Amino acid sequence: MTTQENRAGNHGHDPYLAHHFETHEQQFESGKLGMWLFLATEVLLFGGLFCAYAVYRSNHPEIFIYAHQFLDKQLGGLNTLVLIFSSLTMAWAVRAAQLGERRKLITLLSITLACGFIFLGVKAVEYEHKWKHGLLWGKYYQSQTHDAHGAQGAQSPAGEASPQPAAPAPDIAPASPGVAAPGSERSLLPSAAEEPRGLAVPSEKIDTHGFGTVVPKNVQIFFSVYFVMTGLHGLHVIAGMVVIGIMLVGAIRGRFGPRFFLPVDNAGLYWHLVDLIWIYLFPLLYLIH
Amino acid sequence: MSENYLSHSHGIRSWLLTLDHKRIGILYLISILTAFFLGGVFAMLIRTELLTPKATIMGADTYNKMFTLHGAVMIFLFIIPGIPAALGNFILPIMLGAKDVAFPRLNLASWYLYVVGALFSLLSIVTGGVDTGWTFYTPYSTITSTSVISLTTGAFILGFSSIFTGINFIVTIHKLRPRWMGWFDMPLFLWASYATAIIQVLATPVLGITLLLLIAERALGVGIFNPALGGDPVLYQHFFWFYSHPAVYIMILPAMGIMSEVFAVFSHRHIFGYKFIAYSSIAIATISFLVWGHHMFTSGQSGVANAIFSFLTFLVAIPSAIKVFNWLSTMYKGSITFETPMLYALSFLFLFGIGGLTGLFLGSLATDVHLHDTYFIVAHFHYVMFGGTLIAFLAGLHYWWPKMTGRMYSEKWGRVGALLIFIGFNITFFTQFIMGSKGMPRRYYNYLEKYQGYHEASTIGSYILAVGFVVVAIYLVQSLVNGRPAPANPWGGNTLEWKCASPPPHDNFAQTPDTPSDPYDMSRLVYDPAVGGYVEKANA
Repeated sequence: MTTQENRAGNHGHDPYLAHHFETHEQQFESGKLGMWLFLATEVLLFGGLFCAYAVYRSNHPEIFIYAHQFLDKQLGGLNTLVLIFSSLTMAWAVRAAQLGERRKLITLLSITLACGFIFLGVKAVEYEHKWKHGLLWGKYYQSQTHDAHGAQGAQSPAGEASPQPAAPAPDIAPASPGVAAPGSERSLLPSAAEEPRGLAVPSEKIDTHGFGTVVPKNVQIFFSVYFVMTGLHGLHVIAGMVVIGIMLVGAIRGRFGPRFFLPVDNAGLYWHLVDLIWIYLFPLLYLIH
Repeated sequence: MSENYLSHSHGIRSWLLTLDHKRIGILYLISILTAFFLGGVFAMLIRTELLTPKATIMGADTYNKMFTLHGAVMIFLFIIPGIPAALGNFILPIMLGAKDVAFPRLNLASWYLYVVGALFSLLSIVTGGVDTGWTFYTPYSTITSTSVISLTTGAFILGFSSIFTGINFIVTIHKLRPRWMGWFDMPLFLWASYATAIIQVLATPVLGITLLLLIAERALGVGIFNPALGGDPVLYQHFFWFYSHPAVYIMILPAMGIMSEVFAVFSHRHIFGYKFIAYSSIAIATISFLVWGHHMFTSGQSGVANAIFSFLTFLVAIPSAIKVFNWLSTMYKGSITFETPMLYALSFLFLFGIGGLTGLFLGSLATDVHLHDTYFIVAHFHYVMFGGTLIAFLAGLHYWWPKMTGRMYSEKWGRVGALLIFIGFNITFFTQFIMGSKGMPRRYYNYLEKYQGYHEASTIGSYILAVGFVVVAIYLVQSLVNGRPAPANPWGGNTLEWKCASPPPHDNFAQTPDTPSDPYDMSRLVYDPAVGGYVEKANA
């Protein structure tokens, strides 16, 4: 697509070629390389979270096995299908842009955008369910007296009181923020939920068969990881939808064609990355056992 | 004078909306120098407070905020963007013979992100400051009542600014080189900038997620780093240093790039060991990702991890020493001239040498337990970052000043300034090595009487340093007003930036430079007194 224009030699007047590039090929490759580098930064941004996941999962497998039962596999699976389908329509949209098929491009981008809305809608249903049951992150977590399997046992989150108005956890000692349990006057730091272990101490062998019936300590850590990972992913879905929306406006105005489709191509790459991250999140959070 | 990038267009809008990499470089330069001034004021206040063992000019809480802000401002606002975003932005595309960086809009966006990040940092200062130290260690950073969120938000945004610069540089170096310029025809500053950009792109996002988690911790009580909720505060340290150790190479690598240019040009001799210097930049960038654990020898890591991190830390010394020996060999039998940039380069060699070698003390497990969290660390860090990066920044600033502004600064005052800074620096920080090895802990507000002599010397040294910087500021500003107009090539360098006018025209080069040339072959250049600079022999 580029050699033709190179020979035309009217760089100064070509609206699709920035002044500091010599050829379309150079411009296109630069744009692509820049996008891949940006995707690398996104992978590393999530990499920190996957690392935190790995650390807590290996140190406290019982928490993950117990808590993942509260996630809805059907809804998670539905969302996975929705995103994979949207990746298909997005890839197809890039092809349509390359071939200059404007109507098809508009249709496919619209379907992709709609899939984004479906994903967020399903996610909202899931979040609302967690919210109702107090299955929240960190200090807002409320212990579950009846878990998915009907197991009994109240486990209080360590440390601070939950500020939820309807907290059904009478065994939590109310504590003012930043003040540790009575007795520890030496430090303002709250005492640890368990003694220091560092990352170095290998977790002792735990019999995984008993999980799901005994409520482990510190379940809130799982929900912290869950909400931070899916929350950050959700923000990326929204960002991807904004980008696709911009592409849709461009497509309606007829900006894209065989001579100029790099923005659609890069938007597609971004959307595939968002999709790919979910494909890792879904089994790591929903399907463990 | 013919039309140049400064006279190309006028008005504040033509600067604030510019897509010209040279103007963006100047915007960055003004911004980072402002941040440097602010960080310097904090440093002076800290040193003045430490003049006596008890309260001198401020209370203990204010002191805690001062050293936090000094560290955060100097690191996130000055030294990380310093060489790449200010000098690099200006020089890198010209060295490549390109008209601009690959993504000019992204470049401008990165400056605006810098400004927004700086405003968030300022916000944290006016809303009461932060007292955690620049490392924001948990769990203290999650419970202190100071404005941690705005400062970490600022650092998060500054991280994106840094990432955008890095992406721009990698793509520019890959795609905008002239056809004849292979990887080994590039000036070494570009190799260093490339290695820096790789670290910026691969390490900064991890800082981003770390700070996001810290913000989520404070704002929402997520608890991933909070031991009271089952979280692990040491995980924070791992995450933080996974970025912040490579980050010190974001600071030092471009400085080493400047050194390679300056040593060759002022020795008027071809650089020695080009490929070794080039590869050592990449080696440093690679190893930099594998040594973060040496900040945590006393944090309860396993002995095995400590030993591995210690070994890898020693490995960094090899490529660093390769560079130093190649610079020395470049000077050997060269015709060395002692203009200001070269004086700074020689200071760099001494100070970075001391800073690097004391790093080995800290990388050794047994000695580190004794020296950890003492002034020895403070001195080591300043020898590497101030004696290394800042001195190299000054070398680069003086080296490219004629190109950037079209004016020559006063060489006599330049030498005075360089000397004052060298003397002041050593008095300030060498004393800190001594008191650190005698057990003076870092960050303490009060101290035992026996350390007072060292602290007094250190404070007096810092005043000499301040005078040095004032001298530099005065003659540089003065040169803008009535400095001698600069020739195209005042020093005799053969890299491409010396082949366009000073200051460069808007598009840098009318035609992409298409004759292959060795960036360090200076044999064809001779000094022409009529021009006041160097010209090609054939024309002389």
